[in-house]
Amino acid sequence: MSTHGKPNGKASNGARHDDRDYEDSVDYVTMTIAGQLFGIPVLQVQDVLGPQRITRIPLAPPEVAGSLNLRGRIVTAIDVRLRLGLEPKPRDDHDMSIVVDHRGELYSLMVDGVGEVVAVATKDFERNPATLDPLWREVSAGIYRLNDQLMVVLDVSRLLNFATREAA
Amino acid sequence: MDDLLSEFLTETAENLSVLDLELVKLEQTPNDPGLLSNIFRLVHTIKGTCGFLGLPRLETVAHAAENVLGKFRDGRLEVTPEAVTLILQSLDTIKAILAELEAKEEEPAGDDAALIANLNLLAEGEQPDLDTLPASPLGPQPAPQAQPAAMAADPAEARADDMAAAMAEMAAADAAFAAAPQTEPVVEPEPEPAPQPVPEPAPAAKAPAPKAEPAAPSEAVETKDSAVAAQTIRVNVELLENLMTMVSELVLTRNQVMQILRNQKESEFAAPLQRLNHVTSELQEGVMKTRMQPIGNAWAKLPRLIRDLSHDLGKKIDLEMLGADTELDRQVLELIKDPLTHMIRNSADHGVEMPADRAAAGKTETGHVRLNAYHEGGHIIIQIADDGRGLNIEKIKAKALATGVAGEAELAAMTEQQVQQLIFKAGFSTAANVTSVSGRGVGMDVVRTNIEKIGGTIELKSVEGRGSTFTIKIPLTLAIVNALIVECGGERFAIPQISVVELVRAGGQSEHTVEKIHGTPVLRLRDRLLPLVSLRKLLKLDTAGGSESEQFIIVTQVGTYSFGIIVDRVFDTEEIVVKPVAPIMRHIEMFSGNTILGDGSVIMILDPNGIASSTGEISFAEEASHAAETKHKAHHEERMALLIFKAAGGAPKAVPLALVARLEEVEQKSIEISNGQMMVQYRGKLMPLVPFDPGSAIDRDGDGRKPVLVFTDRDRSMGLVVDEIVDIVEEYMQVELSGDGPGLLGSAIIDGKATDVIDAGYYLTQAYRDWFTSKGEAMVEEEHHERVLLVDDSPFFRNMLAPMLSVAGYTVTPVQSVDEAMALCDAGQDFDIIISDIEMPGMNGFDFAEKVKKNGCRWHHTPMVALSSHATPRDLDRGRRAGFNDYVAKFDRDTLLASLSETLSETRGTA
Repeated sequence: MSTHGKPNGKASNGARHDDRDYEDSVDYVTMTIAGQLFGIPVLQVQDVLGPQRITRIPLAPPEVAGSLNLRGRIVTAIDVRLRLGLEPKPRDDHDMSIVVDHRGELYSLMVDGVGEVVAVATKDFERNPATLDPLWREVSAGIYRLNDQLMVVLDVSRLLNFATREAA
Repeated sequence: MDDLLSEFLTETAENLSVLDLELVKLEQTPNDPGLLSNIFRLVHTIKGTCGFLGLPRLETVAHAAENVLGKFRDGRLEVTPEAVTLILQSLDTIKAILAELEAKEEEPAGDDAALIANLNLLAEGEQPDLDTLPASPLGPQPAPQAQPAAMAADPAEARADDMAAAMAEMAAADAAFAAAPQTEPVVEPEPEPAPQPVPEPAPAAKAPAPKAEPAAPSEAVETKDSAVAAQTIRVNVELLENLMTMVSELVLTRNQVMQILRNQKESEFAAPLQRLNHVTSELQEGVMKTRMQPIGNAWAKLPRLIRDLSHDLGKKIDLEMLGADTELDRQVLELIKDPLTHMIRNSADHGVEMPADRAAAGKTETGHVRLNAYHEGGHIIIQIADDGRGLNIEKIKAKALATGVAGEAELAAMTEQQVQQLIFKAGFSTAANVTSVSGRGVGMDVVRTNIEKIGGTIELKSVEGRGSTFTIKIPLTLAIVNALIVECGGERFAIPQISVVELVRAGGQSEHTVEKIHGTPVLRLRDRLLPLVSLRKLLKLDTAGGSESEQFIIVTQVGTYSFGIIVDRVFDTEEIVVKPVAPIMRHIEMFSGNTILGDGSVIMILDPNGIASSTGEISFAEEASHAAETKHKAHHEERMALLIFKAAGGAPKAVPLALVARLEEVEQKSIEISNGQMMVQYRGKLMPLVPFDPGSAIDRDGDGRKPVLVFTDRDRSMGLVVDEIVDIVEEYMQVELSGDGPGLLGSAIIDGKATDVIDAGYYLTQAYRDWFTSKGEAMVEEEHHERVLLVDDSPFFRNMLAPMLSVAGYTVTPVQSVDEAMALCDAGQDFDIIISDIEMPGMNGFDFAEKVKKNGCRWHHTPMVALSSHATPRDLDRGRRAGFNDYVAKFDRDTLLASLSETLSETRGTA
């Protein structure tokens, strides 16, 4: 697995890890939502975006913030806060999004802030605590124990599953 | 060259080159089942296509090879180098034949018996005799360049020749090389696979081959590579789609840059940008072309279809195809393929008559179906015309009634054109009998839905006896459409230009205003009320923003349903590239897609079809699913337009609107008395007037006017004087109580109010005593539920008898001709009794009765009562002979009712 070379400019200083961890470590793009650290496997991430002009989509599920133009491709923006049952954050100039590919379609996950790319050791992985909020447990693939905080791994396909569930 | 043939050559050349490689691999790994089944499939495909195209020689060779491969695959035969050699030989034979085929467009003559015999021997597990193979697969006329080799042939070399006739030049130079046929498969001029197979198979061949020069095979292959195959390459459609997306993006970026340039007066970028502009446009055009295919591709199967059809149906049909090279987007092509096939089938099956019928109608025995495609203003027009019998208006009406697609009142109000359009409704099929060819429930409605789905329209013109023409108009491409950009609730939306009929500005300075009925907005547009849909409400947009005082209405048409969409603002039109919405939003039917505008923002594209179906207008799908229900309803409760008026106090009165010829206002002064009867001069004649309320005095000296309902039957008119005309409503006529006074049929709940339904017949007798001999007394009270079919050409009597009979407890189905009645018969409807008029245009009552009473008719046992104004004993007699159970004078209501119950109890007794 490559540890460098994602288009994110912050990737280079984020990829500091010991070479001996090479075999059993995974790279995650980190982000924060309401003070909580989340991670998405770096290979799933297509892009990191700053604030974008978003077109609202009437009648769409509330979690769908709208759609935006990413170099000629139409990307559906998802408000992750709403998906996690949190209050929507007032829009400001510092909105960040992570663009992921899900079954050939691009989705832009709107988060509070995007952090670095970190390499985490697989031995630090934990299953979801049984007491976790069901809504969170649904979209979390597990927890990593980092030195100073805990990182929730977002399961992108389950995160985007809400609409199919509603439509069905 | 025939398209089909050239496609076959390209495809087969590809398959063969794959096969060559695969076979060589097979020799190295003889037991790879995946490889074996792939090879088998490829040969099978070649065999199949040859059979389809009628190339027997190719087919037999491929078949024999397939046999052997089948044994390989099933493990019943061991893969030996000899066997592979033989297979390769047959492939070479195929190639040689193909080369001839390409040059001459016909299969060369020749005999492959030896090869086939060997293959068969192999298939049976015996050792084939490789030496007996003929020198050249092309038989007596070998390809010219093969000749030197053939002449120099000794047995070993001869064998080599037949494997590589086209490689003859090389074979002559190095005959020994030819003994290693396995090198030949390398079609791609890549050198790597070539040297590999050489060492292995060589020892297996009887004459060991010296080393072949690696360059030689590829050179040889190049000379024999199919010219057709070389001109075209196959590209994955996905790649083209991606290219298209990229070009669209480039176009949008170009637009943006050009916009910036316009704002700068002088720029050194001007010239290069101009160039960029041109190149981009050309590139866009070029890429668009890669998606284009001639429409003939969709037609390829039609001649065969017509041939089979004419054979099956015993008709003579000529199919003429014009403009087969008209190109359109392959996506559109795929979508219209099936509708086109269906329509051609329809034309041949329903349109074109039997040769005898055609001759009788003075036409040539051979019917013509013409298919014509051409470009017109950014659209493709496809016409399907036949010179057959055309659409039969009466049949369609009967069918529409029978299937519940339209009610009688609706039908009466329709023009011929509108009636013809009914065939596009769900659940409609004009052929009275379902044949194997067409009429399987998926009819023209599906065709229409499919065409509208891609933004197209379909029109129909038909002249009875002369033929029908369908005109389909579809956009050239789905990729780029013209769209109108509108704003509502602060959001912008695009509406495909093709669905926009007109734009109306309402409010503000405009002459148009949006009016409301119980909160439902409507617009008066050229003397018609147009239903409106508020986009803001529909999409649940913010109510803030946008002024109520000025609005824009986009008049849209979906099928025959027109409606207006209210928006806040209208911008320009723009060319947009339609992209599908993300899967998580596909269930929102208001949008057909989304796109990126020139300014880079994303915009949703509204779908007028979705809006129409979500705002009340029944969608096609819904209609289909409720068809059964509607059908049921239509036959038990006929919707009827009723005129509501007030007279003589009390409850409002109602009379079937169809009975009323006109509504007039008569000046009281102009009323004259003649022979004790009030009269008024009306249209140059004297028309008797009857006051609804005999007690109410008409003040002939007073000013003022009185509303009059004018009833007309044939040439006689009378006026019924009432107090006030209230409304016209359309209701299910369900008369609930039998009326107790003269002139009343009963009461019904109409528009939520108890309303007296008047018996127009009673008042007619007041005007003309000879019009009826009705006493207007109490009718048979007993509750029947017998179903009555009423056949009468006079709408007046149908409308009079239908309510009267339904009051008497019968369920009445009125039709206006024998044809319609027979259509119901064919549709499988059953009735307990048939009442038929005698004098009718077309088939009269006697003929009808004879037809019904004939053995084999569905209604064979249904009793019939004749109804006629001529009730002489002679008529009676003739009626009985024709099969009528009873014969009643037309205006004798009591006798009719008595006769009905009598006849019914009689038949019940005998049954």
